[in-house]
Amino acid sequence: MHKMKYKISTYIKNFLLYSFLIILAIIMIAPFIWMISTSLKETGAIFTLPPEIIPSNISLNNYKEIFERIPFLNFTKNSIIITISASIGQVVSCSLAAYAFARMKFKGSKVLYYILLSTMMIPSQVTIIPTFIIMNKLGLVDTHLALILPACLGGAFGTFLLRQFFSSIPKDLEDAAKIDGCGSLRIFYHIFLIQSKPVLATLFIFAFMFYWNDLLSPVIFLSSLDKMTLTVGLASIQGINYDRFDLMMAGSFLSMIPILILFVFAQKFFIKSIVSTGLKE
Amino acid sequence: MIKRWLYKLEPYFYLAPTIIGLLLFSAGAVIMSFLISFTKWDVINPPKFIGFQNYLIIFQSELFWKIFGNTFYYVILNVPPSIVIPLIIAVLLNQKLKGINIFRSIYFLPVISSIVAIALVWSWLYNPEFGLINYVLKKFFNIDGPRWLEDENWAMPAMVIMNVWKSMGYNMVLFLASLQNIPDSLYEVSEIDGASGIKKFFNITLPLISPTTFFVFIITIISSFQVFEQTYILTKGGPANSTLTLSYYIYQNAFLYLRMGYSSALSYILFGIIFIITLLQFKYQKKWVHYT
Repeated sequence: MHKMKYKISTYIKNFLLYSFLIILAIIMIAPFIWMISTSLKETGAIFTLPPEIIPSNISLNNYKEIFERIPFLNFTKNSIIITISASIGQVVSCSLAAYAFARMKFKGSKVLYYILLSTMMIPSQVTIIPTFIIMNKLGLVDTHLALILPACLGGAFGTFLLRQFFSSIPKDLEDAAKIDGCGSLRIFYHIFLIQSKPVLATLFIFAFMFYWNDLLSPVIFLSSLDKMTLTVGLASIQGINYDRFDLMMAGSFLSMIPILILFVFAQKFFIKSIVSTGLKE
Repeated sequence: MIKRWLYKLEPYFYLAPTIIGLLLFSAGAVIMSFLISFTKWDVINPPKFIGFQNYLIIFQSELFWKIFGNTFYYVILNVPPSIVIPLIIAVLLNQKLKGINIFRSIYFLPVISSIVAIALVWSWLYNPEFGLINYVLKKFFNIDGPRWLEDENWAMPAMVIMNVWKSMGYNMVLFLASLQNIPDSLYEVSEIDGASGIKKFFNITLPLISPTTFFVFIITIISSFQVFEQTYILTKGGPANSTLTLSYYIYQNAFLYLRMGYSSALSYILFGIIFIITLLQFKYQKKWVHYT
């Protein structure tokens, strides 16, 4: 009797829990469905009541129009170039610094490390103006390099994350390699990088997400249409055709596809990259 | 001799990119920005030193105090739900149930999407006549929805709702990771003592995850003070400056009006606010954060 009662209460509990999770899932996914649904409607059909979730006339016109009206392919190409170079630059420069901080003894290593970590607290609004002025002096305004270069010059979070991991790699391997006459660069590559593939992937995904979705820097540094990234390009449709939501939704959906594909195949690393931002020393 | 020199210099070879980055774009930029804040500078003509004048003008400007108020209003509206909702959901998800991973992935979808795409969708969802939100409100709850982004009183809450929705998955994942570190044995002991679910939550779960809550609290406050993209896409600061926040105002002044000195001063004020609030949190954390 007691067992039966327990079972029924578990059923009710699970039923309530699942109902809640499903309602929440609907709230989380509804904007995406609305996005895709709007993008498939014919121009003008979006301004009808009641709104149709599944359009009665499915049309791919918006997807055609977006390539004709704005240089969408070119935006995508720019986004890919910037995101991949910046993410690789970030992983390489952070791993170099992390190796030095984890394994080498030198003057001022502690001070330098703490200065680096404290830069995490600086809001980007403070550094963006001097960065713009420096880029202007270097003649890099309105070039992709303005977005890629800072990414190749290290970063507090990435260095911290990798240093934590490098420090946990046992010293024996390294010592053995040293006896065999390996230089530090070879040790760095063969022992540290090869062993830290999952952490490197985590940082890469984190950087990829950041640069792919970034709006502030491209808005500030890029001015000519042929250099713009997807985020700025999309925002510009809104500026020109403020009521063409069908077109904006088609563009928004297309812009999400690369990161969605990455998410499907590397979900684990996305989750890890978020969890690792919460790491404490 | 040369070899020893090389050995000593070796770390700096690895650190060269980081050091250059620090000097040019982060620590160095902080100092540069401080100096610029005492000048009048439009980038084209040479900067002119004007002492504290930028700060004086800012503190006497009515618009600045409105923006200052808006920024705090956004933070106060945004922070509590951005922490409480993900925490509740993380607790619910932290059970051995079938299909949990699917829910987690769905909740995480807004996190990976670009804020531009998200904000465009929401500006359409918020459309007063043809948007989905007002339609659902009318159809299922018989409520005449507000004009959201076009209404001075509703534009800011609308931004907050979107932001809570977008960042939910991020904070949830952080809470989940922390919840999974709590050993089951702790709960079992309290079950023997006859503790109820709610009691267990307040006596065991909350104290044990308090370091994560503290971390989430800090990053949520810092990022709320820096809200930019949402404003850029959804409202551009309108209607009637009701959603104009410090971060967007800094951008406007620097890159639309080319007032580098003025907006550097503004950015230092923002920096100061964030710094003081973060410091206060670290000071008062001992009262509620338990490190094990």
